[in-house]
Amino acid sequence: MKIRDLSLFFKALVLILNLGVGAVAWAVQPDEILSDPALETRARSLSQELRCLVCRNENIDESHAELARDLRVLVRERLQEGDTDTEALAFITARYGEYVLLMPRATGANWVLYLSGPLMLIIGAGLAFLFVRRRSVAPDEAPLSVQDQAQLAGILAQAQKSELKDPPQ
Amino acid sequence: MIVELGHFTLILALMVACVQMILPMIGAQTGRRSLMATAVPTAILQLILIGVSFAALTYAFVQSDFSLRIVVENSHTLKPMLYKISGVWGNHEGSLLLWVLILALFGASAALFGGNLPHKLRARVLSVQGSIGVAFLAFMILTSNPFERLTEPPFNGNDLNPLLQDPGLAFHPPFLYLGYVGMSMAFSFAIAALIEGRVDAAWGRWVRPWTLAAWVFLTIGIAMGSWWAYYELGWGGFWFWDPVENASFMPWLIATALLHSAIVVEKRESLKSWTMLLAILAFGFSLIGTFIVRSGVITSVHAFANDPERGVFILMILAVFMGGALMLYAARASTLETKGVFGLVSRETALVLNNLLLAVSCFVVFVGTIWPLVAEMLWQRKLSVGAPFFDAAFSPFIVLLALALPLGSILAWKRGKLGRSFGQLWGALVLAIALGALVFALQTGRSALGPVGAALGAWVVFGAVNDMWGRTGRGAVRLGRLLRLPRADWGRGFSHAGLGVTVFAVSAITAWQSEDIRVVQLGETFPLGAYMITLDAVEDAPGPNYAAQIATMIIHANGQEVNRLYPEKRFYPVQGMPTTEAAIDQGFFRDIYLVLGDKQEVGGWAVRSYLKPFANWIWGGCLMMALGGFLSLSDRRHRVAAGARPTQGQPHEN
Repeated sequence: MKIRDLSLFFKALVLILNLGVGAVAWAVQPDEILSDPALETRARSLSQELRCLVCRNENIDESHAELARDLRVLVRERLQEGDTDTEALAFITARYGEYVLLMPRATGANWVLYLSGPLMLIIGAGLAFLFVRRRSVAPDEAPLSVQDQAQLAGILAQAQKSELKDPPQ
Repeated sequence: MIVELGHFTLILALMVACVQMILPMIGAQTGRRSLMATAVPTAILQLILIGVSFAALTYAFVQSDFSLRIVVENSHTLKPMLYKISGVWGNHEGSLLLWVLILALFGASAALFGGNLPHKLRARVLSVQGSIGVAFLAFMILTSNPFERLTEPPFNGNDLNPLLQDPGLAFHPPFLYLGYVGMSMAFSFAIAALIEGRVDAAWGRWVRPWTLAAWVFLTIGIAMGSWWAYYELGWGGFWFWDPVENASFMPWLIATALLHSAIVVEKRESLKSWTMLLAILAFGFSLIGTFIVRSGVITSVHAFANDPERGVFILMILAVFMGGALMLYAARASTLETKGVFGLVSRETALVLNNLLLAVSCFVVFVGTIWPLVAEMLWQRKLSVGAPFFDAAFSPFIVLLALALPLGSILAWKRGKLGRSFGQLWGALVLAIALGALVFALQTGRSALGPVGAALGAWVVFGAVNDMWGRTGRGAVRLGRLLRLPRADWGRGFSHAGLGVTVFAVSAITAWQSEDIRVVQLGETFPLGAYMITLDAVEDAPGPNYAAQIATMIIHANGQEVNRLYPEKRFYPVQGMPTTEAAIDQGFFRDIYLVLGDKQEVGGWAVRSYLKPFANWIWGGCLMMALGGFLSLSDRRHRVAAGARPTQGQPHEN
């Protein structure tokens, strides 16, 4: 099922790369890495929240596209200039639009996205509970009479004997 | 000539499918045996006709017949034979042909092995199966004909996408389709039962093997796709929450729920109407998956709007089948009387909880997958929903599921005792917490994900072991009895333990993997965890249909050579596309994953290396789940009882 989409996507990718510099960049390059490991760690985790705009469902940390490289460099520049994570994300979102965020912002209609799961769980759990309770309050069978109990004991004893001879399969 | 024959049999198959859809259903409604009897030969004939058609297309690919459009677009004379064959289904039209082939395969097996089903039920099942065949064969012939000829054939083809020229991916689609399309059996059984208005334990027993088989294939298919992504895409990711992946994951979640609820139908005659709904939804999600992937709607709404023919056709198939099925369900579900009575604490309740969590988690994945589409259509808001969202929204469900599983699987049917069942699990709980604490002590200053994942995975695995051991009763001969437990019990143990292994592995690799990106000169050595890695040489090497640069990298540990790896960069000239072939030293506890990057202008090569702990356990767990399903499928209770029951238990065959 993947096949056609992947092939379309890669055809698009090849096209884009051919229009660009020509050389193919592969994800994070050695020359992009910041010397400060703490900043670099933050940059890496921010990169995983940002989408490569010309790819399908790839974050900029993993993407091979030139544009993703530009974005990675931009994230690092912002962090070096002292931005917090939120500020850096806000800066990039202001430039590239909401589309760039892989975790959509919980504003406006997006609340539906965030709340539909928990709401469904609550509704489902409520329905399931009602169902189970209705099942469990159905009339109990009458307790066994003394005669029945004696008969049952006999059957069980016999079953145990036969099981000893012929263990369960 | 052979190609024309394939084209002809495909059209013939559509005609036969029409007969298979109409006559048996009329027969079942009016009670005419002669009409019902047409179901079996038409189902078998359909398989033969589509089989011939598929063979003809394969022949065209093997022969590189460039008068066929899809051969030109997806093949090349220099391509290795394996990929010429896998090229048959490596494209839109061919993959649909595989889809209908597998559909016909399931239909014919139901016809051949369904001799013990009541005649009416079998006729209706095959009729519904035939109607699915009609829809998809018509879709193929009208919008996506694989046998379309070109008036001026070129001398050579465009080659298959290089990323797909890989043995792992060559066999990934067939497994996935066996799973997807297998859900059609559960659907057909559900529709037939709703028309008949009768669902009993026997129905649960008949439908379970089919669902189980489809589920096993789907599990293997998803695992193969994930493994392929891991070694082929070049950075060792194994799951991306891509719409196309979600399309296969949603039916899997619903099918898992269906497997469990069908047990309740079979053993306790309860949850009937819910099980019907799941059977309909499982196939519904397969269709939605087909729609998502085949219409291109997720890639871009505009691409879909510009070329809507295929998408609209699939949407119509989806609307007709789901709309029709759900209307039938609404009309008939209330007549399905539930018999079983059970307490608040019981295996039944545990399985309801399992179904609730699986169904809602599937709903969450579904909403996340289509949200960008909805937001753009309704509010012109262009946004993305990616891995961070799904990780956060989906994981809680798996955690809850894993927490509840060991307890739920040992609760007694009908009326369980929480305290008593929990008492049996003390050992598993203590072991799991101890393991989590040990992991916490060993790792310093890292996230809580590792220890929590380890404890959770161990809880599920030990819980499964405890479940098996608990079935052996008392006394000295327990070990012997363990080996003689029914295979269905072993299947359950394996599947549940497999889930635990996968849960652990996913948290372990996410929490503990380490990565190194640097420029390495020839002959230079650099550290990766406890290993030393040397870039020994980089050489040019030609491949059959590509040019490659192959690096030789030597891995040392404690001064001893561990392995030599040969990561590659390839260039496929026909498609003008470069790929990386990562080299992996696979180990039981860790993978060493090496990727060769670009040659640097200042000298040396960019090299990326990863240490991925417990990587193989991810797919090992999936294989355990699939093996469990297979063991359960081979249980003689399924085979014998499924056959013996109807002949004795259904004397009033009308």
